[in-house]
Amino acid sequence: MTDMTYEGEAVPSRGDYPGPPSKRIIVSYGFWIFLLSDFIMFSAFFATYAVLAGETAGGPSGKQLFDLTTVAAETAALLASSFACGMAALAVMTAQAWKTYAASATTFLFGVVFLGLEIGEFARMVGEGAGPDRSAFLSAFFSLVGLHGLHVTAGLLWLIVMVGQIATRGYIPTTIRRFLCFALFWHALDIIWVALFTVVYLIGSGL
Amino acid sequence: MLGKLDWSAIPFDEPIPLIVSGVLVLVILAVLGWVTVKGYWPYLWRDWITSVDHKRIGVMYCALALLMLIRGFSDAIMMRSQQSIATDGAMGYLPPEHYDQIFSAHGTIMIFFVAMTFMVGLMNFVVPLQLGIRDVAFPTLNSVSLWLTASGVLLTNMSLVVGEFARTGWLAYPPLSELKFSPGVGVDYYLWSLQISGVGTLLAGVNMVTTILKMRAPGMNLMRMPVFCWTALASSLLIVAAFPVLTATLAMLLLDRYLGFHFFTNEAGGNPMMYINLIWVWGHPEVYILVLPAFGVYSEVIATFSGKALFGYRSMVTATMAICILSFLVWLHHFFTMGAGADVNAVFGVATMIIAVPTGVKVFNWLFTLYGGRVRFTVPVLWAIAFMVTFVIGGMTGVLLAVPPADFQLHNSVFLIAHFHNMVIPGVLFGAFAGYTYWFPKAFGFSLDERLGKIAFWCWFVGFYVTFMPLYALGLMGMTRRLQHTDNAQWDPWLHVSGIGAVLIMIGIGFQVAQLVVSIRNRARLRDATGDPWAGRTLEWSTLSPPPFYNYAVMPNVEGLDAFWREKRQGLDPRRQPPEYEAIEIPRNSPTGFVTAFFAVVTGFALIWHIWWMVILGLVGAFATFMVFAWRKRDEDELPADEIARMEREHAGSVAA
Amino acid sequence: MLSGLTSSGVLNPQGPVAQSERLILIDSTAIMLAVVVPVILATLAVAWWFRAGNAKATYRPDWAYSGRLEVIVWAIPALVVLFLGGVGWVSSHDLDPAKPLAEGKPLEVQVVSLDWKWLFIYPDQGIAAVNRLVVPAGRPVHFQLTSATVMNSFFVPELGSQIYTMAGMRTQLNLQADRPGTYRGISAQFSGDGFSDMRFDVEAVAEADFGKWVDEAKAQGPVLDYAALTQNSKAVQPAVYRGVEPGLFEKILDIKTGGAEGQQSAPNATVSPRGGGS
Repeated sequence: MTDMTYEGEAVPSRGDYPGPPSKRIIVSYGFWIFLLSDFIMFSAFFATYAVLAGETAGGPSGKQLFDLTTVAAETAALLASSFACGMAALAVMTAQAWKTYAASATTFLFGVVFLGLEIGEFARMVGEGAGPDRSAFLSAFFSLVGLHGLHVTAGLLWLIVMVGQIATRGYIPTTIRRFLCFALFWHALDIIWVALFTVVYLIGSGL
Repeated sequence: MLGKLDWSAIPFDEPIPLIVSGVLVLVILAVLGWVTVKGYWPYLWRDWITSVDHKRIGVMYCALALLMLIRGFSDAIMMRSQQSIATDGAMGYLPPEHYDQIFSAHGTIMIFFVAMTFMVGLMNFVVPLQLGIRDVAFPTLNSVSLWLTASGVLLTNMSLVVGEFARTGWLAYPPLSELKFSPGVGVDYYLWSLQISGVGTLLAGVNMVTTILKMRAPGMNLMRMPVFCWTALASSLLIVAAFPVLTATLAMLLLDRYLGFHFFTNEAGGNPMMYINLIWVWGHPEVYILVLPAFGVYSEVIATFSGKALFGYRSMVTATMAICILSFLVWLHHFFTMGAGADVNAVFGVATMIIAVPTGVKVFNWLFTLYGGRVRFTVPVLWAIAFMVTFVIGGMTGVLLAVPPADFQLHNSVFLIAHFHNMVIPGVLFGAFAGYTYWFPKAFGFSLDERLGKIAFWCWFVGFYVTFMPLYALGLMGMTRRLQHTDNAQWDPWLHVSGIGAVLIMIGIGFQVAQLVVSIRNRARLRDATGDPWAGRTLEWSTLSPPPFYNYAVMPNVEGLDAFWREKRQGLDPRRQPPEYEAIEIPRNSPTGFVTAFFAVVTGFALIWHIWWMVILGLVGAFATFMVFAWRKRDEDELPADEIARMEREHAGSVAA
Repeated sequence: MLSGLTSSGVLNPQGPVAQSERLILIDSTAIMLAVVVPVILATLAVAWWFRAGNAKATYRPDWAYSGRLEVIVWAIPALVVLFLGGVGWVSSHDLDPAKPLAEGKPLEVQVVSLDWKWLFIYPDQGIAAVNRLVVPAGRPVHFQLTSATVMNSFFVPELGSQIYTMAGMRTQLNLQADRPGTYRGISAQFSGDGFSDMRFDVEAVAEADFGKWVDEAKAQGPVLDYAALTQNSKAVQPAVYRGVEPGLFEKILDIKTGGAEGQQSAPNATVSPRGGGS
């Protein structure tokens, strides 16, 4: 495939399609489409949660289980991580090494904090006999929130790989493209989290 | 150490599966042995297995589909023969435990590994050529998609030899598919095969959407794009929107089965109706994913062989995108009998009928394309006309079933079976065959034998009616689907006729195999020297047959619809040499797809048999493959301009000769 | 061969529901054939007339658009769909399985699908039967249905609509047999290895005979042992039981452990979870 000689799509006078754009645009576009498909997968779990939210089978309900302080902390951690990720993306695009590593480490750290809080929450619930095998409501809860957590975990792994790529290969176009995809992914997880804590925690706690 | 796996997994006590497995294993070993002895491995590895060329990948998809057609059809003929024999209290030769696996495998294989695979294959081969570009947006990802699909195929077929397949029907409704009622590994084989190949399909959808929306030859506005590319776009959008729902739903069932969750169980608040809703939210768009590219094939074939432009291009595009959107609004018609209430049933019934409108428009536009044309009755055209006259019958029974009270009488009967085969066979399969025949010379440089193709066609066409028309009658007589034996003497003659139809189809398939063998043998005589054996209208016919690996030395400038036809009419030699070539970047071959798929099979198999250490090994392996890919030094090779010039001169020379 | 088509099954309605449904089938088919048959004939005729070898046919290679034709081409399917949509709407409401057939009290029957047989409970009469359903001809029967295991579908083609049976869910159906006779009943949703034998006969008898049958049933035979019935069995012989545990159906409905927390059913749904009333 030819790398076109211009970035983006110019608009020639005739209004005709000018031909394929740059690889960066194509990759970002494709990754967006993939992210949209991921949103749809989440929405299937959201729908299932909505249907099964009341099926507590005589067991504990959201109101009894959710600790909104933890949720607030998780939200703060994720938002901080996202902010740091934005800084890291800027640093990568301008090839600033120190900033890249610092921002990436911060992103990673807050991500780990989020995961730690969430795993702790899960462990507590399981310990109280409110594990995913207790009722359909809990199955839906653990899977929806857990799916997000799984994505966060995968993202952290990806971040490590990206930092490794930058360290070993430098700020080449491929690495920059990939880091930007990672950033898109990380921010998308934020969007899902917002929906999650609204639908699951806020509404589920009866607020 | 090996989880649930032990010697009892091999069907030593069941003669039919045992013999079939044995034969299968021997055939595979024989083929592998022959390849080794002939020394073909380096060629296969370099030119096919690690290829990221969309043309090669498209061919491999189609080859996989044709192979699976034979596997799926063998299930079909076993079902038809069993039902022919097991009448009036006789038990036939397939006990329920086996018969139930056969019909489950039949549906799963035909939908996921024949129809999907064929359509994705055709889209892969054709779309970049028709768009005037060199490859899809993400060639290595394309290879991953292919090999993940092959992983799903391998896992499903492994269930024949080791273990069993699902006994639940091709959609595995809970609670029957839950651990309590299906404790064996069958449902797990089903679930992991589909999860793995589903990832492949989703990625292929992302790839194709990006390619079509972002990468076309200069001047090719969307409204100058061939109709096949429009249908490929609609189908790929549907893949991107629908397959995540399948992934989610199967994941929920897996969580139920593996970790004791309660999504769809009978206890602790689970709700099987949720599964049915979710699976059909995927399932209905799925059938449009399958049929839309086939509609695209018909549009190309009918226009080309009528010597006329497709009638009503704008309408066709509108109808295609309308079908795309509407397909998400009708899913409940698959379970009117679940008791949703009159209002809900009525709304979905009406929505279902509405989707018949754009489809009907397409049929009329094909008719008007034929009108005023000079129709050449080649094999692709035969498939197309057979499709037009047969599909409308299926469409009629579909609208019939969309009236809820009618469906109350016919749901799950063999009338329903007849209806959806009446849609999928003429719709998807005949379209696949038409596309296969139409683009075969482009892919291989020689055409398929016409005479054998026509005989195969007539066997299929007559065989289809003889097999499925009796099923409409039987459904009206009250016969439900998936019966291992029947006990109503009035049904017998219809069942026998249907069995004969299946034999006719089998003969048709035999002729198709013969056609391929004979064509390969006679390829010198059948050579396509010009690259345009059919007087085509779209850009792929401006290339050589087969095209050079870079497709176009210089991307064509497109000035209107049916770009190649315009060039020909303007008297321009499509292969006139431009003054200057520029260097091209060619994506490098990569073993990533194949190796990832290998680890996918290992992981899938291990998950099925609960061999946890092997699961971890497989996942680590897949991750390692990914790492190797991430650190590869070069993604592309540069093809210098003078190389291109030399190759183009050679090609021009061979055409002139 | 063809006589079987109209002498059994959907085209041989023996009750008002099946009768209405057959009418819908025939009318809808006729309307659509009016479009489909001309299309098929036109396709074959046009393809043949415009074959490349036919010098008499006019070749119009650039005829690719006609606004007038487009309007017709979108209008014809739209009109057919509009009409049939109306039929679908009205009939969905008229033939809603939960809708009572007539004024007056129907016979109450509770249906439970098991692996792999059908249990019929007559709550008002206090008797039960397996794989055999005796009903009075000419009187509406109101079914409440559930499953003790996996999904099935209760279906008597000659009497009309089928309806799914699902564990923990109560579905409803109203049917009537117009005259005495024996009608095939099946399960229409695959449920496992014994599915093919989930047959039962519906015997419609005169009202007076029905009363007699109930009295006979109460006078002899065993009491229903439900626990034994839940064991897997195939091709079960029909049997009648002179007694059945009161409230057995409600107990089976409550198969999903866990109290009264359940979703609300849609206002006119045919399905309601076991928490709701009848």
